[in-house]
Amino acid sequence: MESIGTFLPLIAMMPFVGALFPGLMIQAGRNVCAMTAAVPTILAIIMLTICAPAVLDGEVLQFSLPWLPSLGLNVNFFLDGLGLLFAGLILGIGILIILYARFYLSRQDPMGQFYTYLLLFQGAMVGIVLSDNILLLLIFWELTSLSSFLLIGYWKHLPEGRQGARMALTVTGMGGLAMIAGMLILGNIVGSYDLTVILENKDAIQASPLYLPALLLILVGCFAKSAQFPFHFWLPHAMAAPTPVSAYLHSATMVKAGLFLMARMWPVLAGTPEWFYIVATTGLITMVLGAVIALFKDDLKALLAFSTVSHLGLITMLLGFGTPLAAVAAVFHIINHATFKAALFMTAGIVDHEAHTRDIKRLGGLRHLMPITFLIAMLAALSMAGIPLLNGFLSKEMMLEEAAHTVWAGSPWLVPALATLGALFSVAYSFRYIVHVFLGDVRQDYPSKPHDPDFGMWAAPGFLVLLVVLIGVLPAVAEPLVRTTAGAVVGGELPYFSLKIWHGLTPALFMSAIAVAGGALVLSIHSVLAPRWDAAPRPEAKQIFDAIARTATVFSRWLTDMLHNGSLSRFAAIFAVAVIAAGLFAWTGGEAGPPVREPLEIAAVPAIAWALLVLCSLGMLVFHRNRLLVLILMGVVGLIVSLAFIYFSAPDLALTQISVEVVTIILLLLALNFLPKVSPKESSPGRRLRDGVVAGAGGLAVAGLTYAILLGDFAQESISAFHLENSYSGGGGTNVVNVILVDFRGYDTFGEIIVLGIAALVIYALSQSVLGGAGGRWLASGELDSKKAGDRHPLMMVIASRVMMPIALMAGVYIFLRGHNEPGGGFIAGLVVAIALVMQYMASGFAWAVARQRVPYHTTIALGVMAACFTGVGAWFAGRPFLTSDFGYVTIPPLEKFELATAMAFDIGVFLCVIGAVMLALDSLSSMARRAGETVNQLPMDIDPARRSVANATDKMAVAAGKEA
Amino acid sequence: MEFLVASAIGVLTAVGLYLVLRFRSFPVILGISMLSYAVNVFLFATGRLAVDMPPVLSEGVTAYTDPLPQALVLTAIVISFGMTAVVVLLALGAYLSARTDAVDIGLDDQEADT
Repeated sequence: MESIGTFLPLIAMMPFVGALFPGLMIQAGRNVCAMTAAVPTILAIIMLTICAPAVLDGEVLQFSLPWLPSLGLNVNFFLDGLGLLFAGLILGIGILIILYARFYLSRQDPMGQFYTYLLLFQGAMVGIVLSDNILLLLIFWELTSLSSFLLIGYWKHLPEGRQGARMALTVTGMGGLAMIAGMLILGNIVGSYDLTVILENKDAIQASPLYLPALLLILVGCFAKSAQFPFHFWLPHAMAAPTPVSAYLHSATMVKAGLFLMARMWPVLAGTPEWFYIVATTGLITMVLGAVIALFKDDLKALLAFSTVSHLGLITMLLGFGTPLAAVAAVFHIINHATFKAALFMTAGIVDHEAHTRDIKRLGGLRHLMPITFLIAMLAALSMAGIPLLNGFLSKEMMLEEAAHTVWAGSPWLVPALATLGALFSVAYSFRYIVHVFLGDVRQDYPSKPHDPDFGMWAAPGFLVLLVVLIGVLPAVAEPLVRTTAGAVVGGELPYFSLKIWHGLTPALFMSAIAVAGGALVLSIHSVLAPRWDAAPRPEAKQIFDAIARTATVFSRWLTDMLHNGSLSRFAAIFAVAVIAAGLFAWTGGEAGPPVREPLEIAAVPAIAWALLVLCSLGMLVFHRNRLLVLILMGVVGLIVSLAFIYFSAPDLALTQISVEVVTIILLLLALNFLPKVSPKESSPGRRLRDGVVAGAGGLAVAGLTYAILLGDFAQESISAFHLENSYSGGGGTNVVNVILVDFRGYDTFGEIIVLGIAALVIYALSQSVLGGAGGRWLASGELDSKKAGDRHPLMMVIASRVMMPIALMAGVYIFLRGHNEPGGGFIAGLVVAIALVMQYMASGFAWAVARQRVPYHTTIALGVMAACFTGVGAWFAGRPFLTSDFGYVTIPPLEKFELATAMAFDIGVFLCVIGAVMLALDSLSSMARRAGETVNQLPMDIDPARRSVANATDKMAVAAGKEA
Repeated sequence: MEFLVASAIGVLTAVGLYLVLRFRSFPVILGISMLSYAVNVFLFATGRLAVDMPPVLSEGVTAYTDPLPQALVLTAIVISFGMTAVVVLLALGAYLSARTDAVDIGLDDQEADT
C-alpha cells in the first residue's frame, strides 16, 4: 500500500498550504474566504477517506522521507486506527467549525486572519497524530502551542484574550519543553526516534532506570496540554477566545493532544504501578474537581470549560487504569465527548450571539424563543449527563464499570465512590445548562431579544447532535472505529467487548442511577449551595500563576541587570571571566593531546623581536593615557606581528598585516585629531588591580592553550593536504593561500567582501548621522579646534606622495597579477592601492583629494561585489554550481604563455571591494574634518595663514631675545 | 620558538583585555586591536610553526606549511580592520554627540561596581 501511504504527508501539508489563502481571499468577500478555508480541509478529508478502509482492515499505512537522518529526524508518517480517529475528528470538526465561524464572526472581525490561524492549528494537530517520528511530532506539538496562542488571542483588543493566550502558551509551552526532554530520553533508551520502533520496545523502556524520569516528563507535557490538575487553570482563561475557537480547541483538538499522546504511548508506558498511580489519580482528581467547579460557574463557556476539564480527567483516568477495556472506554468517550462538547460550545456561542450575554443568571426561558437551539443543546447536555439513548451514556457506563472494580492502594471503594461523585456533579451541571438557560419563564430583560439563528449557524451543532443520537441508539455503528482505534492504543489483541445499551443490572447501572438522582437533587439546592461556594476561601489559580510569573520576571530582570547594567567595562569583565572559567572547565574536564612535536630552536633575531613586542605591549600599559605615544607603540607591535608572519612562512599574511597596519594607524590618527589626546586617570588602584588580575589570567590562559596546541598534534587528520595537492591541478595557481581564498573557499571570501562592504556603508551612515546631529554642529562651531601645524601640507610630502602615486598603483597591479602564483592577490593589492590614495589625503588634505575623486567609493564597493557575483554566476552557464572556477593558458605572440583563470575575475571583485571599503571608511572620517572647516589648498605648499602671524611673532621674539643676549 | 609565540600571544591578550576594561573609548579601541592581533596570531599558530616553508608550490619542494589557517587569518585581518573602523566611527560619533569619550555614560559611580 505504498501508493496510499503517500497521501499522509499531503494530508498533513494540506492545511498549511491552505493557510496561505484565506488572508488573501478575504478581499473577495467573507463567503469566498470561508470557502477557501474549507477546500483544503475537504481535500484532506477526502484523502483520509481513501485511506480509511485499509486502516479499518487493520493495516498500518506508512510514509517515510529522510530529513536529517544523522539526527534521527525523519519525515515519517503513519496512519493506524488511533491516527485515523484523531485525524478524522480534527478535520471533521474542523470543517464544521469553519462553517460555524463564517456565521459567528462579525463584520468587524478580520476573518482572513481567523481562518489562517485555524488552518495552521489544524495542520499542526494533524501533523501530531500522523507523525511516526517523535522529533517530528515534537515540532508539530510546539506548533499547536504557537498557533493556539494566535487563536486564543484572536480578539487582540480584549485584555482577557491576551492574558488567556499568554497563559495558555506559557503552560502548554513549558509542558512541551518537559515533553521534549522526556521524548529524547525515550529515544535514547530505544536508540531510535521512530515511533513504530519505540512502540515495540516496551520491555527495554520499562526496565530502564530512566523510565520514571521519561514518564514524568512526558506526562507533564500531556497534562499541561490536556489541562489536567494542577495545570488545569489555563483552559478556562482560554475561553476569552471566540466561541468557534473554544469549540475546536477544547472539544476535539488541542486538549485532546495530551490524551492522544498518552494513548499513543500507552503500549510502552502503561501497565506499571507508576503509570497507574500518577495517571489514574491525576485523572480522578481532575474529573471530580472540574465537575464541582463547573457547577458553580455562571458563565456558560466557563461552565463548559470546567466540564471539559472534568471529562478530560475522566479519559485520563481510564487511560491510567491500564487495562485494555478501560482503553476501549477511553477511546469511545473521546469520540462521544468530541461530538457533544463541540455541539454544546456552539450552542453556547449561539446563545451569546443572539442574547448578547453568556451569564446564566441573566438567561432562562429560552426554549420558547429559540426552540431549535434548545433541542440541540438539550440533547447534547443530556448526553453529557449520561442519559440513556444518547452516546454519553454508553461511554460513561463503561467508565463506571471499569471504576467499579479498580482497587486504589488497597481500597476497593475509593475509586468507584469518587467516580460516582464526579458523575453526579457532571449530571448536575449538565442539567443546569438546560434548566437555568432554557427552561423557566421567558424574561423581559435580555440584553438583546434572542431568536434562533440562520440555518448556517445551527447546521454544524445540529449535525453533531444527530451523531450523538445515532451512536446513542445504535452503538454498533461506532464499533468498527472504536475497535480499530482501541486495538491501535493497546497494540495487541482486545478482549471481548461489545458496544450496547443494556448490559443488565450491573454495578455501573446503579452508580449511574445514583449519579442522575443525586445530580438532580444537587441542582435543586443549587441556589443554597452557590453563595456558600462563592464565600468559601480557595486558591485562585490565576493569582498564583501571575505571582509566579511576576517573581520570574523580577528574578530575571535582577539577574540581567546584575550582569549587564549598561556599563561596558563591567560587562566586558564579566564576559572575560566567564570565558576564562569556561576554558578552564573544558581544560580540566577534557583531555589534551600529549606534547609530541619538537620545539623549534630559538634564534637570536626572533628573540629580539619578541623582546621588542613584549616591551612595547607593556609600554602600552604604562603609557596608555598618552594616546599618541601608545598608538606608536601599537604600530611597533603590528610591525613585529607582520615580521613574525614572514618568519613563519606566511608571506601573504605579512603583506596583508603590514598594509592593514598602515591603514589602521592612519585611521586612528585621524580619529585622534578630534578625540581628546590624553585619557584622564579615573580608575582606583583596587579597580586597576582587579582588571590586572582578569587580564593576566586571560593572557596566561591563552598562552598556555597556544603552547599546548603548538606542541601537540592534530586530533583529526587535517584537510590541508587536499588543498596543497589540488591547488595547481584544480585551481591553476601555485600560491595555495590565494587559491584557497578565490577558489576552494570562494564562497567564504564572497561573503567576507560583502561583510566588509557593509561595514564601510555602516561607517558612512554613522558619520552622516553624526554630522547631521549635535556632533556636526559642535564640529562646525569650531570649539573643537585642536592645535594646528604651521604648514598643514608639508611641501616635501606633497610632492613625494604625488610622484609616488603612479608607482604605488603600478605596485598594486603587479601584486594583484602575481597573486595567483606568488604572494599577493586581491586583498593585498586593494590595500596597497588604498594606501596610495590615502597618502594623497594625508599629504594634500582631505578637501583637495575629495575634489579630485572621480568614482564614488560606494560604487567601487558595489562594482566589486558585482564582479565577484557575476564571476560566480558565470559558472551556471557552464552548467556547474555557483563560483566553480575554471582556468586555461593563453599565448599572445610577443608575450610568454600566461594563465587566465575565472578566479582572477573574482579576485578583481575582492580588489575593488577592499579599495572601496577602506577608502569609504577614511573618507567618512575626512568628511568630519571638512565639516570642521578644512579648506582646499591651492598650492602644494600650503602654510596656514592663521599660524603665520604667530610664527612671525615668535621669530621676532627670538630675534629680539638673541639681540638682548 | 613555540614558547616565544605562545607567550607573545599571552602578552597581547593580557594587554588587550586590560585596555578593553578602561573607561574611555580610545583605549578600548586599542584593546580590541590588540586582541585582534592575539586572535589572528593564535589562529595562524593552529597550523603549527614552520620556518622557510611558505605554501607556494615550487619544483622539487615537498614540505609546505599549513595553508588553511593562513587563508582564514588573511580575511580575518581585513575583517578586523573593518571592525576597528566601525568601532572608531562609533566612538567618534559618541564623543561628538555626547561631548565625552567615557564608555559608560550615565553611570555616576563607575567605581561602585568593583
